[in-house]
Amino acid sequence: MAILETRKLDKWFGGLHVTDEVDFTLEQGEIHCLIGPNGAGKSTFFKLVLGEHSPSGGAILYDGKDITKAKSFERIRHGISVKFQVPGIFQALKVRQNLQIALQHHLQGASLNEETDRLLEFLKLKDAENQLAGSLSHGQKQWLEIGMAVALKPKLLLLDEPTAGMTPDETHATGEMVQALNAEGVSVLAVEHDMAFVRQIAQKVTVLHFGKVFAQGTINEIVADERVASIYLGEVHA
Amino acid sequence: MPRGNKTTSVLKLLEGPQTLGKGPGFWSGCAVVLALACAYPLFADGYDVGNNVYFFNWVFMALGLSLIWGYGGALSFGQTAFFGVAGYAYGVFTINLGDAYGLTLVSLVAAVGLSALFAGVLGYFLFFGRISGVFLGIVTLSVTLVLERFMSQTAGPEWAIGSARLNGFNGMGGMPSLTIPWFGADIALYPDVGLYYLTLALLVVVYLALRMLVNSRFGNVLVAIRENPQRAEMLGYDIRRYQLVAFVIGSALAGLSGVLYTAWGNYITPSSMGMSAAALPVVWVAVGGRSDLTTTLFGTLLVLAGFQYLTIYGSQYALVVMGFLLVVTILLAPSGIFISLGSFFSRGLRRRQARESI
Repeated sequence: MAILETRKLDKWFGGLHVTDEVDFTLEQGEIHCLIGPNGAGKSTFFKLVLGEHSPSGGAILYDGKDITKAKSFERIRHGISVKFQVPGIFQALKVRQNLQIALQHHLQGASLNEETDRLLEFLKLKDAENQLAGSLSHGQKQWLEIGMAVALKPKLLLLDEPTAGMTPDETHATGEMVQALNAEGVSVLAVEHDMAFVRQIAQKVTVLHFGKVFAQGTINEIVADERVASIYLGEVHA
Repeated sequence: MPRGNKTTSVLKLLEGPQTLGKGPGFWSGCAVVLALACAYPLFADGYDVGNNVYFFNWVFMALGLSLIWGYGGALSFGQTAFFGVAGYAYGVFTINLGDAYGLTLVSLVAAVGLSALFAGVLGYFLFFGRISGVFLGIVTLSVTLVLERFMSQTAGPEWAIGSARLNGFNGMGGMPSLTIPWFGADIALYPDVGLYYLTLALLVVVYLALRMLVNSRFGNVLVAIRENPQRAEMLGYDIRRYQLVAFVIGSALAGLSGVLYTAWGNYITPSSMGMSAAALPVVWVAVGGRSDLTTTLFGTLLVLAGFQYLTIYGSQYALVVMGFLLVVTILLAPSGIFISLGSFFSRGLRRRQARESI
């Protein structure tokens, strides 16, 4: 069953057709990566799913429900969660408090503290729990934000370039985190540039080009597709 | 949850990540300060004590602005609008209703309620219209300036509500002081020791209640919105609602200041909503340290005392000094004088310890 589905999703910015009737399906329990050259419309698609942009046409279905008109925070309450490209954390607050603000939705008292500790371990941030979040290294900030996104116990996790600016080791560790979450039943949609990371985690890949779905398949099918290689090199313009 | 547990968990909120000061040391310090404040009337002339209630009157507005701006990250430049609305409302209510049967207290509550309602309507359009940053400051400042202009042209006899004349730029006077109904003889709280204790008690209650509010789950979300509104929303919080609630509470406190001020001096003028009046709360709160209730409280009292001193001896220069103080604070001590001094001394101490250990 599909956890996320878009039907003829359309977005115009003035005369620019950024999302062009995109039909997209993400199955329950799948890790699905969205790739494409710069300007392909990945970020716009992402923001449409998140409710930061409203579409010019088409529909977005989450878990069978039409959420096209739902506000961002309502989509989050339905079970979608997001990690942004630039770490979206609360810089002036302590690491622990960052997580607790996310967790206090559904927990309180002792269970809130237990779950915070568990998450800190999972994120390898136990030693930094009393530091201000702004003082963490870039990779740690990315993990903290993943932790905040996961704290909501989402059914669908959206990741916008989760490994941007990470070292290869950090990237690999992030991939393992994503796989561990997926093993617990979380479906994942990731926009990603780093092909090593895509290769590590993706069960399915969709290539966007000029706002349209250009190709779809497993990572091996996509890599073998010459048309895909050529759009990255700038030879195909349709 | 059993009742006892609930009380303890509520009291626990007096300390937390959003407020400076915890443990026996802090609370005994608080107790000493409070005891000194309580003892003050024993050593001073009743007239002076009554006069000095003036300083307490403003602190409510400052604490409210700390909640909206320091904790919520929304700079309202027009808290005086709510001060004025509540002050005038108290005047209109009490002049028409009189001071018997505790009606001044009913008027106090009604006037504060009216300012909260006004903040609710204005805040709804501001926050649900996603107005933020400098635009929020511009709109709120405009509102208070419009109200000042409007009240200034109400000098004619046609501008009266019941028997209360609004009196234009001359200001409205003649409203009764707060009066507590008592068997036999009502107690009118003229600026004297009685009013001092009442205002002090209100101040303590409001300060402690705000501490609990900002350390609660609500306060957690409020500072999260200040730090990163997008992230807060993407954790599933309807941030508009939180900002609106903080705005209404903070503005009701500005209204409380307005009522206390009007009842204290039996007088309110449109200039209480004017440009310089609107700027002053921002100075008090910024200088003391807006992101903490305690630094706001003491900073406000300190700046007010300094301002009063300068007004008496330096007349017009006082406002220039206030402006200078704001600029210096923003440039040198953006988190307020208390926090900056504290970190300056602790840095110096650490450096000395490091030198000695070599």
